Amino acid sequence: MSKAQQSYPVQIEQLLLQGGRVLDPQVNLDKVTDVHIMNGKIKKIGKVDAKSFKGQIVDCQDKLIIPGLVDMHVHLREPGREDKETIETGCRAAMAGGFTAVCCMPNTQPPIDSRSHVEFIKERSEGFLVDVHPIAAVTKGLQGEELTEMGDMTDGGAVGFSDDGWPVKQASLLRRALEYAKMFGHPIIDHCEELSLSEDGVMHEGFVSTGLGMKGIPSISEEITVARDLLVAEYTGGPLHIAHVSTKGSVRLIREAKKRGVSVTAETCPHYLVLTDEAVRSFNTNMKMKPPLRTDEDQQALIEALQDGTIDVIASDHAPHAIEEKETEYNTAAFGIIGLETTLGIVMTHLIAKGLITLEEMIQKMAVNPRKILRLAECSIQVNASANLTVLDPNIDWTIDKTTFYSKSRNTPFDGWPMKGGCLGVLNKGQLFLNC
Amino acid sequence: MQLKSRHLLGLEGMTKEEIHLILDTARSFKKVLERPIPTVPTLRGKTVVNLFFEPSTRTRFSFELAEKRLSADTVNFTASASSVLKGESLKDTIQNIEAMRIDLVVIRHKAEGAPYFLTRCVNATVINAGDGAHEHPTQGLLDMMTLREKMGKLEGLKVVIVGDIEHSRVARSNIHGLKSVGAQVGVCGPSTLIPREIEKLGVTVYPHIEDALQEADVLNILRIQLERQKGGLFPSLREYRSLFGITKERLDRTARDITIMHPGPLNRGVEIDSDVADSDYSVILNQVTNGVAVRMAVLYLLAGKRAKF
Repeated sequence: MSKAQQSYPVQIEQLLLQGGRVLDPQVNLDKVTDVHIMNGKIKKIGKVDAKSFKGQIVDCQDKLIIPGLVDMHVHLREPGREDKETIETGCRAAMAGGFTAVCCMPNTQPPIDSRSHVEFIKERSEGFLVDVHPIAAVTKGLQGEELTEMGDMTDGGAVGFSDDGWPVKQASLLRRALEYAKMFGHPIIDHCEELSLSEDGVMHEGFVSTGLGMKGIPSISEEITVARDLLVAEYTGGPLHIAHVSTKGSVRLIREAKKRGVSVTAETCPHYLVLTDEAVRSFNTNMKMKPPLRTDEDQQALIEALQDGTIDVIASDHAPHAIEEKETEYNTAAFGIIGLETTLGIVMTHLIAKGLITLEEMIQKMAVNPRKILRLAECSIQVNASANLTVLDPNIDWTIDKTTFYSKSRNTPFDGWPMKGGCLGVLNKGQLFLNC
Repeated sequence: MQLKSRHLLGLEGMTKEEIHLILDTARSFKKVLERPIPTVPTLRGKTVVNLFFEPSTRTRFSFELAEKRLSADTVNFTASASSVLKGESLKDTIQNIEAMRIDLVVIRHKAEGAPYFLTRCVNATVINAGDGAHEHPTQGLLDMMTLREKMGKLEGLKVVIVGDIEHSRVARSNIHGLKSVGAQVGVCGPSTLIPREIEKLGVTVYPHIEDALQEADVLNILRIQLERQKGGLFPSLREYRSLFGITKERLDRTARDITIMHPGPLNRGVEIDSDVADSDYSVILNQVTNGVAVRMAVLYLLAGKRAKF
């Protein structure tokens, strides 16, 4: 598939999704039937006579119709690094990857740390099929010193607060942030990393880093901050969300905290579920991200955490980088990989098809929970609700090919991976997008 | 027999047979070096670039001499006198150099994996002359050549590497190479400089030098760098010397015949005392001599993989 064959969303008044398995655990819906959509709203869930239907019909036989997926952790790079990604290209990548909403992190240039910046993102994405929900900075300029105007930014459309890329360094500041955020209910999302333990590490510290002689980032770099954050969340009662959990120790801490009733949620990313630090032996710089790829044992713990609900969300941490930032020595390569166009395939192929999580669990972790955590409008498949849907093809065999990405960037570790199951299309705001 | 790879990136994964092939070849070249005219035409018409992004005396001279003894054309690149200072990337640097038609690249770089990265950028044969703390395969080979020469065999030898294992490419290449040929390897040094899970590489960790001295046939003593002390990894050179310094008293106390190696440059009075470095136990200068022969062997075996001659 070349760029020329990429497709665009179209506005559709009357749409019939015919004969798909309609699945929404929120309303206990699971049946093979038709869905009639009129002007962006669900008109009917049930048999519709196709012969007399005036409008577009999409054959959904053997396809799955589920609530629109949300990727709650992406970097869209606009403003500042439009050479890597823009809000528009990021949204197109999201669409192609099966998402109807994304939440973009504030570490842009300048950072999203005031209402006008939040509104800039909202304006730039207005009218797009994909809803863009900005996550604003916790501290002004991401400097870790002064709180941002969370109230004003919430009014402007911010759905969470994070200094992602950096941890909230001072415990005192995290305390105030969590206390303050309680007034608005949107979470503080922390990138948990004790920088004095990571130093200039480039990969997980363990047997593989020992063999390669590379500077390691120990598990405790993440876990110390997770532990601190959990204590502060417990003390303040503020809403905490732990971004990109990668270690067994973090899982254990979060599980214990949840048992105690701490107001905490957590996410992990597809790469931690299918890759380990062994992949760094290739010196492929697309294996470099923060937190780093960990061990088999960590991977196992993350999968168990998805199964028992300790981890609430799967998010991509889509982090576009320019070619020259990755085609370099491992030590100097940028941290981060893109994931909007691979997450769904990886989850379907490597988690669902292998029986590690169910389809319903995927819907919880990629559609329902992110909306709950960020207090987004509920999205369920019912008559008169907005038609915010993702259509999956669970049987399609395809291969990840970075040259066909809608994203501007190409930094994926999954190029060439065979996939079973992917996105047929998405529907939101009356716009239909179908993957060609 | 031939080497499996057309590059020499590390000793990890290299077979015993391959290592002995290189050492046997090096032994022949060592005889060449003892002739009145120590030059052979083997690499005539081949161009070798020595790409040194880190300071090096011994290794760079040794490679250059090996190339000249083989009649190759050599070009030297040092980062301080190059466009790297103008911000040129490694990929651009090497592709520009290759555009001038070269056959082999010898690279020394501070980034682990840099030689692997080069193999993806160019068609030339790549020889790793040290990449960060990862590998320094020709050092590992010359250490093995020196040991084989002195002890007659490598199998079953007990070699203990002493010092900053964590940051040492020499240690890693020695571990992989020696394990492959059937020697036993131990490491000894401050526990802050012993990397995690190193036992899984099949080496014994000695927390105390006295225990290592009781068992070792050979000590390979690494240079301890002052910057590590500044980085908080050990409190002082004084304490380092008192815990791990190889002194004549320590050696005398064992009353055993222990061969002393050191990859250089030496910190006399810190990790090794002068009367040890200059003693009969020491093979430090033999290592340097053998370095040229080993590098000739590597160049010969790898260049031969591209064109028969």
